[in-house]
Amino acid sequence: MMKKLNIILSLLIALIAASFTTQQQDVKASIQRGKKVYEKACLACHQKDGEGVPRMNPPLIKTTQVLGTKEKLIRIVLQGYNEEVEINGEYFDNPMPAQPQLSNQEIADVLTYVRNSFGNKATAVTLADVKMVRSKIK
Amino acid sequence: MRRILASLVLLLAVLFMISANDSTKNQTAATGGLTLPPGFTATIVADKLGQARHIAVNSNGDIYVKLERVKDGKGILRLRDTNGDGTADDIFAFGNYGGTGIAIKNGYLYASSNSEVYRYKFNAKNEIENPDNPEVIVKGLVDKRQHASKSITLDDKGNIYVNIGAPSNACQETDRTAGSPGQMPCPILETAGGVWMFKTNQLNQTYAEGVRYVTGLRNVVGLDWNASMNELYVTQHGRDQLNQLHPTQYSAEQNAELPAEEFFMAKQGMDFGWPYCYYDPVQKKKVLAPEYGGDGKTEGVCGTKEKPLYAFPAHWAPNALLFYTGNAFGDKYKNGAFIAFHGSWNRAPLKQGGYNVVFVPMKDGKPSGAHEIFADNFAGGEEFLTPAKAQHRPCGLAMGNDGSMYISDDKGGTVWKITYTGK
Repeated sequence: MMKKLNIILSLLIALIAASFTTQQQDVKASIQRGKKVYEKACLACHQKDGEGVPRMNPPLIKTTQVLGTKEKLIRIVLQGYNEEVEINGEYFDNPMPAQPQLSNQEIADVLTYVRNSFGNKATAVTLADVKMVRSKIK
Repeated sequence: MRRILASLVLLLAVLFMISANDSTKNQTAATGGLTLPPGFTATIVADKLGQARHIAVNSNGDIYVKLERVKDGKGILRLRDTNGDGTADDIFAFGNYGGTGIAIKNGYLYASSNSEVYRYKFNAKNEIENPDNPEVIVKGLVDKRQHASKSITLDDKGNIYVNIGAPSNACQETDRTAGSPGQMPCPILETAGGVWMFKTNQLNQTYAEGVRYVTGLRNVVGLDWNASMNELYVTQHGRDQLNQLHPTQYSAEQNAELPAEEFFMAKQGMDFGWPYCYYDPVQKKKVLAPEYGGDGKTEGVCGTKEKPLYAFPAHWAPNALLFYTGNAFGDKYKNGAFIAFHGSWNRAPLKQGGYNVVFVPMKDGKPSGAHEIFADNFAGGEEFLTPAKAQHRPCGLAMGNDGSMYISDDKGGTVWKITYTGK
């Protein structure tokens, strides 16, 4: 009996570990794809290192917008952003254009990349997260 | 032993100074961190002032600095050097608004917020009579954050010229958004995208009292009245994002070099073409913008728009223009134009440019030769040449009463004084 339980337990642990590794690999792959999306859609304004342009285009480094709720962040990409907000003591003049032409997967990837680059460390944005927010907007 | 050591240190210091002086364009204490042509020195008058935009010098040598955002509730700084050592030791702050424009003319200081122009009277002792209660000259100008700064300059007939930048990149229906068409006609041009003329001695003027002096200018930050030609001159920030908005028509390389930053003589009634046209420095002509059906070659209506006097590299961001009327710099510089370039961002992913002050020789009101970089190294070296990492960004220029030139910086908040010593 004890032996059986042991086997089941080890199997379970192995399964969880395996799925965790797969998840990690998934996130890694998402970050890699997200970098490509970033270079195409974001880099011109937010710059290669995510520092943005002072008083014009905001930085993406450890800001509440990037590290806060995923829904708000996804909405910024889908709907754009043109409000006067203070980030680290500075204000930014240029509007962020909406990017609804990006696919749900591209948005999940690019936000996962941004949330795990430039010194940021945060959970991944998934395809399901983006789908959910986009369906609310439509 | 100590003495020997001390002498050694002194010897090394002297050797270092000699070697530093050897180089023609070097960066030593005598240039305040800047690189300058031989014979010029720079000293730091003040630093860490805040976002120091435009500057003006009064007849007694006081320097007035306009801050883009208020610092401790104040948006104008008067820098005074009471002991003549070249650094400001008496700083007086006033004006409860941020902004860019500042100018001095006939006993008045003029300063702008992003929607108003104010003036302050100097008394016989060159003190501002009423720093907390300026007269409102102009009010109600468009301020939608983007390109909101209101640069100013004055002529000799009682007029003040105010730039009203377009709160837009290319007048698309939805700004900076791929696929959004250009509005036809562009409604922004009714209240922005040009320079307006107002009276200096009339209070509370609005658009109704002002004159749209010139139009078709996306955003002018640097402008100056050329007294010898009796005309207004302006420098335009050209449009951004040709590649990001039109990736099938423009490469990243083309995006980095298009369009040129343009330098114009601005006679009343002129139209410089924004948003319908941009200037291509390779084809040396204005072409139709892609938002208005352009393919990068077609001229369309653009053949009728004013051409630049001079085309500078794209995206350098000319933030100040100064016609040098002094004698101290020598004949070469007399009546020539200095232009302060704030520095680019939209050349990414390619190398950024600008972050310098250039000189353009002028004859009879027109450039008579190629531009040369006069002052450089504001950003802090090549490896720091990104907008966020730049240590300094040149933004304002003014001439001192002795023919020296002042440069302001809205990143580090530094004001330099440039002097010609011939050494």
